Amino acid sequence: MHVVRVVLAFLRVAALNELQYRANFVLQLIQSLLALGTGLVILALVFDQVTDLNGWTHPQILAVMGVHVMMGGLIQMVIQPNILQFMADIEEGTFDYVLTRPVDAQLLVSIRSFRIWQATDVLVGAVVLIIAVTRPGHAVEPATAMLFAASFLVGWAMLYSVWLILATTAFWFVHVDQIVDLLNGFYQAGRWPVGIYPGWLRHGLTFLVPLAYAITVPAEVLTSKVSAGAVAGAAAFAVVLVALARWFWRAGLRRYASASS
Amino acid sequence: MIDRLCALGAFYVQTIQIALARQLQHRAHNLLFVLGMVAEPLVYLAVWSTVARARGGQVAGYTGGKLAAYYIVWTLVRHMNIVFTPYGFEGRIRSGKMSGLLLLPLHPIHHDLADFAGLKLVTIVTWIPIALVLAIAFRPALDPGALQIFVFCVAIWGAFVVRSTFMWALGLLSFWTTRVAALFELYLAIELVLSGRLVPMSFLPAWTKTIAAWLPFQWAFAFPIESLVTPMAAGELLCGLAMQLVWICIGALLVSMVWRRAVRRYTAVGG
Repeated sequence: MHVVRVVLAFLRVAALNELQYRANFVLQLIQSLLALGTGLVILALVFDQVTDLNGWTHPQILAVMGVHVMMGGLIQMVIQPNILQFMADIEEGTFDYVLTRPVDAQLLVSIRSFRIWQATDVLVGAVVLIIAVTRPGHAVEPATAMLFAASFLVGWAMLYSVWLILATTAFWFVHVDQIVDLLNGFYQAGRWPVGIYPGWLRHGLTFLVPLAYAITVPAEVLTSKVSAGAVAGAAAFAVVLVALARWFWRAGLRRYASASS
Repeated sequence: MIDRLCALGAFYVQTIQIALARQLQHRAHNLLFVLGMVAEPLVYLAVWSTVARARGGQVAGYTGGKLAAYYIVWTLVRHMNIVFTPYGFEGRIRSGKMSGLLLLPLHPIHHDLADFAGLKLVTIVTWIPIALVLAIAFRPALDPGALQIFVFCVAIWGAFVVRSTFMWALGLLSFWTTRVAALFELYLAIELVLSGRLVPMSFLPAWTKTIAAWLPFQWAFAFPIESLVTPMAAGELLCGLAMQLVWICIGALLVSMVWRRAVRRYTAVGG
């Protein structure tokens, strides 16, 4: 319960901070809509040429895009700002202050800053997803919706772990902010089902930057392309990744020698 | 007149040398930077290769090999398209740096052009090994003639100047209001679709191509790539270079017009 209280307190402060700048909401919304617009343009161009892409129909790919936009919004909202602040703290030596707090350090570095206006992406993505999966006469079963929610959470946990693992290398290399651009670059690949990528790239996107599990699998759940078994497999992999991230984080902490004198 | 041109030339040489020296300090950073930008074209390549396969080998005149060639050359042209960002003007105004630039006896766009040209020399060298790896992985169908190679080498610099002038003119809007980010985003989104960055121009519907014909975007992106990737007649190639020149003139005119008004509006910040 204590953990929940801490998270809520930080969330409240972040929200109050951002609510001062309400015009940014409109700006963020315009950005989200423009990104959506270009996404829809590519889909229109592709499906102008073919009726299905590697077995995925237009609405099914739209569902992948919806999940991709939602998950991307969550990364920008929760993961990226915290990771950036962590990296800055390591460089400047202010990470010392994190360690002096009576809260678990990994928890603290993961909840310190939120960019709430990025929620526009989550919203836009959700709308796209709903439009993509609701066909007349084809209601989404509650069980399917639950399974989707579960696989979405599992995917989020995996992406968080990968971000944290890469950021943790800062304990050794200090200057690693380049990985944020690299991860964001690779994230763009998740807009399409990973099946379209050639073998080596597909394996990389599945196991190194687990976009397959984070985006394709949830979309497959909603479009009935996958069984509950695959979701269980993804969950098992997520547990491994979360544990790995935790272990690596502790190893990094032991290595930390502070940057200040 | 001749003296002034010589002085300008010397300024360019000096600024390019400084930019080179500065950029060469960060070799690992450069490599990661170039590498990070490979993700975008690889995604496009994967999608359109899948489409080409589904259509029995080709899409709008592009086979799998030609698509690979397009998106590998794309990576270099994308680098040539990196210029001083319109978002940067807000910072220059807010921090007061613009006041210093205004005191120079030279139009400040020259500094940006020379500075970024210096960076380009480094990125071109960094790009070569990455392009070789991509070529081994994706087997591009590339068979340009001597004239095509020559035109390509000129056109990538033409592309750089075309985009520089238009981005500069756009950035100057920051002198009037600091809430221009939404406008920049819209401009960049339109540019993405109509420049050839998202897809080769021949993939676009006819009406979109008509719109694109009246805009500078394709001359800064699609044309340099196509000059190397698609077989083109000598006349077409030279016509393309001429179009780049036309757009450079329009861009320069735009910059000088907006600049004169912007400077009059300028009130310094900082101190």
